[in-house]
Amino acid sequence: MLNNKKGSKKTSNEINAGSMADIAFLLLIFFLVTTTIEIDKGILVRLPEWSEEPPESIQLKDRNVFAVLVNANNELLVRNELLDISELREKAKDFIMNPRNESNLSESPKNAVISLKNDRGTKYKTYIAVYNELKGAYDELWDEECQRMYGVKYSDDLPIEMRREVKNKIPMILSEAEPTAFGDEG
Amino acid sequence: MSKFKKDGEKSSPAINTASLPDIIFMLLFFFMVVTVLRESERKVIVQVPTATQLTKLEEKSLVNQIYVGRPVKKYQSVYGTQPRLQLGERFADVRDIPLFLEQHKIKVPEVQRAKITSSLRVDGDVTMGIVSDVKTELRKSNQLKLNYSARPKENR
Repeated sequence: MLNNKKGSKKTSNEINAGSMADIAFLLLIFFLVTTTIEIDKGILVRLPEWSEEPPESIQLKDRNVFAVLVNANNELLVRNELLDISELREKAKDFIMNPRNESNLSESPKNAVISLKNDRGTKYKTYIAVYNELKGAYDELWDEECQRMYGVKYSDDLPIEMRREVKNKIPMILSEAEPTAFGDEG
Repeated sequence: MSKFKKDGEKSSPAINTASLPDIIFMLLFFFMVVTVLRESERKVIVQVPTATQLTKLEEKSLVNQIYVGRPVKKYQSVYGTQPRLQLGERFADVRDIPLFLEQHKIKVPEVQRAKITSSLRVDGDVTMGIVSDVKTELRKSNQLKLNYSARPKENR
């Protein structure tokens, strides 16, 4: 009893810090609610530099060009054939590597050029889906090449020399043409 | 013996909560640091498309956001339903992009300016016309690093 009294007397001299936790909790909950840990993810691309002069036309062999056209109705025309988007990745991989040495596919991965063209009326969703498949094709090829050369999966964490080596073997050449003014709204 | 035990129980102190505020404060500071109060009101509807080959954007201070989408209902009477740009707080035109980029650039230390990335947050249902215009303008401003913002695709 005596002990207890002494204790309470002692604490009465100090600032009561008991509610401090409550105040901190309140603030904490406020920040918890307002926090949006938003991670921005996306497809990273590098645009070509702008020049006023029209680009000089380089004559490429037909077999080295993989022309992808996306029209305003969101349909795909790949090498003059209608194609479903689900087949695009395999087709692109086949074209780039040309494992069976066919005469109408690219001579070597270094010569392969993917040409992408769309209408102004093409849906952004479709464009991204197409771009994603083409990037996916290269990502998978890089993965296979990296697996073969170093026995590891290709990722951005690899040292830059290794990545450069892989990308030297299979460079991603994607050329985008000015879109045709077709089907744009407004 | 039992008496002694009872006595001991009584005198045993409650859990010391003196350090509780410190712990809470630590949590609080953590959340204060990671919190990004949404800096601008979203004036256009943006539902970014899904994709699989995604890269994470690292440093937030090196990224500027360009929103493209249809105006939200509140602004439709003024701005219509055609896709529009939002730069920072305002509705903008494609011509305003160079100034916007410049305003962001001066806040970035000079050595890091080459690493500035523009993140295009574009609604999936917008047509490519306005997106191409934005891309052309970015190229003219020599802002070549670009990110098509997208959500990861599920079940694939």
